[in-house]
Amino acid sequence: MSTISIEEFRQEVRSWIDETLPSDLRVGNRKDLPKKSLSKWLKALIERGWGAPDWPVEYGGGGLDRQQAAVLKSELKRVRAPFVKSFGITMLGPTLLEFGTEEQKREFLPPIARNEVKWCQGYSEPGAGSDLASLQTRAVRDGDEYIVTGQKIWTTGADVADWIFCLVRTDPDASKHEGISFLLFPMKQPGVEVSPLKLIDGSADFSQVFFDGVRAQAKHLIGPVNGGWTIAKRLLQHERSTDGGSEGGITNAPKETLVDVVKREVGVENGVLADAAMRQRLAEQEIEQRALRLTMRRAAEQARAGQTARDIGSLGKYRWANMVKEEQDIAMLAFGTRGLGWDGSGVESGQLDRTKAWLTTRADSIWGGTNEVQLNVIAKRVLQLPE
Amino acid sequence: MGLTLTEDQIILRDMAKNFFAEKSPVERMRALRDARDETGFSRELWKEMGELGWIAIPFPEAVGGAGMGYAALGTVLTECGRVLAPQPFLSTVLLGGNAVLFGGSYALQHELLPGVCSGDRILSLAFQEHGRFAPYSVQTSATRNDASFTINGSKQFVLDGQVADQIVTVARTSGSPGERDGLSLFVVEAGAPGIAVERTVLVDGRNAARITYENVAVEADRVLGEIDGGADVLDPVFDRATVGLCSEILGSIEEAFERTLEYLKMREQFGVKIGTFQALRHRAADMFGELEFARSMVMDAQSAIDEERDDLAESASAAKARCSDVADLIGGEAIQMHGGIGMTDEEEIGLFFKRLKAAELTLGDANYHRDRFAGLRGY
Repeated sequence: MSTISIEEFRQEVRSWIDETLPSDLRVGNRKDLPKKSLSKWLKALIERGWGAPDWPVEYGGGGLDRQQAAVLKSELKRVRAPFVKSFGITMLGPTLLEFGTEEQKREFLPPIARNEVKWCQGYSEPGAGSDLASLQTRAVRDGDEYIVTGQKIWTTGADVADWIFCLVRTDPDASKHEGISFLLFPMKQPGVEVSPLKLIDGSADFSQVFFDGVRAQAKHLIGPVNGGWTIAKRLLQHERSTDGGSEGGITNAPKETLVDVVKREVGVENGVLADAAMRQRLAEQEIEQRALRLTMRRAAEQARAGQTARDIGSLGKYRWANMVKEEQDIAMLAFGTRGLGWDGSGVESGQLDRTKAWLTTRADSIWGGTNEVQLNVIAKRVLQLPE
Repeated sequence: MGLTLTEDQIILRDMAKNFFAEKSPVERMRALRDARDETGFSRELWKEMGELGWIAIPFPEAVGGAGMGYAALGTVLTECGRVLAPQPFLSTVLLGGNAVLFGGSYALQHELLPGVCSGDRILSLAFQEHGRFAPYSVQTSATRNDASFTINGSKQFVLDGQVADQIVTVARTSGSPGERDGLSLFVVEAGAPGIAVERTVLVDGRNAARITYENVAVEADRVLGEIDGGADVLDPVFDRATVGLCSEILGSIEEAFERTLEYLKMREQFGVKIGTFQALRHRAADMFGELEFARSMVMDAQSAIDEERDDLAESASAAKARCSDVADLIGGEAIQMHGGIGMTDEEEIGLFFKRLKAAELTLGDANYHRDRFAGLRGY
């Protein structure tokens, strides 16, 4: 593969996608895709090694170099093809590639690349949110095993997960950052109890997870014992690099643009929105979108040109979160009381999607580091203000 | 591309940075202000900048320019903004010079622009009649009599008008105030009979003129653009001037922010550096974000001009809307975070605050440009 030029590679990818991807899937990673068609496509993608395109072949990846992986990604995006997106691929995989032993990589990576094993992330606890390092879930060594006891929260997909990558306290006497380990163990075993959390938008994708004497194999501890915090932070970087930008994940985002909604709901007289304050606010929202997009693009261009740039990861996440929330806030204002319908008579599904999106997006400034945490990070790392 | 500086632009920026640091630090601007300097800026420095080729940057080679574009010009303007140098870029190059470039006959371009590029000629654009920016709200009239026009009316906020050699004057040849049609542009000699120029010293130490026209006669060959079609010249001129002004604002907000950040790291109260307080840290982080976003918008608007993009007007208004807001934010926070010392005339941060307010209100504030942006976007 390395002998062909990048343009030849692009042509190869393009023609393979043309042959393989059915037209009913060319709508992005939506939740309501036809199941049979989707599983066939994903299977083909995985067989090609393109479930995890840039992982080494020996771990079940596609062995693409960075440039090729970028070409594949942009080609898939161009036709709005669904792709394999899992915590295993975006978060655990890169972490294992960096910190795992050879044995750990061979055991865990290929099933992730084949999308055979579902993973969930055991980070937050009821008492450890923004202050993640104060987590209390204990893991006590017992021969070749650890015994895990404690509680996790905000665990996406815990009800269907086969395994968990979990932050546990292995040394309760050490300072809070130094007694944490990064441990993998199966979810389908005695002592694991999963209790779904219903959220303000009516969804229940998150769970609380309780561990009572749960068993983990000692060989499944990643990195050094009590050295889990470094790994935990690194994994969060992978999380931030996949969110906080334009990539987007699986959404039910309404197809109508915000401008269309506001124009229709508020009304236009002589080409001008009937509500002058709303017009200003909508323009500001569009300007903000533009500014965020340009700032992300500028950072990428600077990196390509080899120029040193300030780290804008946290800034991007922060402004992106505010922007998506503002979009839904504006839509709610535009709909007026029509947007308040939840159940029963007169509630249209498109309308309800908007209302739910307004509720769902409240989380965007909370997960993956709250807005306040992002501002702390900027103040400390970028501005180097004293502490 | 267009969001990163090229190697040539980096060299130009560094040259300009060194030039202004050496020859025009903020004290120099203060000295001009305190002396109530008649010119309001340094002619000597302006000539030097002409010799370096910096004034010529946006003009085509055919009229003595360098044809280097707005990204290049922006690097110089940003450095100018960093030291608050009151050099007449906005009046002479971006407004007056561009009006001649976009509307002038071959003869007028060749008569006026080489002197602009060399730094010998100062131009002004007299457009504003009220406090708020409203480019078509023109009452000053020009009536035709054979081969000449007679101008009557008055203008205010004519930047550097007190020393301009020629004053490009926007007057109404038909229609009524507020209408886009019916405007015409005239190159009026500063010493023409019937013209009275009075100097206003502005809050930021810069100068503008109040000009009254009483039966001022102008020959028809001094018209820029078409009679009644002056707005077709003004629109592209204002877009370019706006982007240029944003480039200057960028330098001033950058410097004001950096000075404030240094102050947070140095100033102690309650036995600790005030930069340890989260209330200030978060606001500083927000200012950083706004600054970076403003920078992206300004660079994008510069390249929209250089690449002759269709969305130039949108980009220019988006950039000015944002830069105006950020000028207000960073200017205000700079004073607040400096505390009492920030209120003293001796501390330079106040000079940044005042310049930023002036720049915010010049050529349309954030509301004006959001409104225009909305119109361009079809709502």
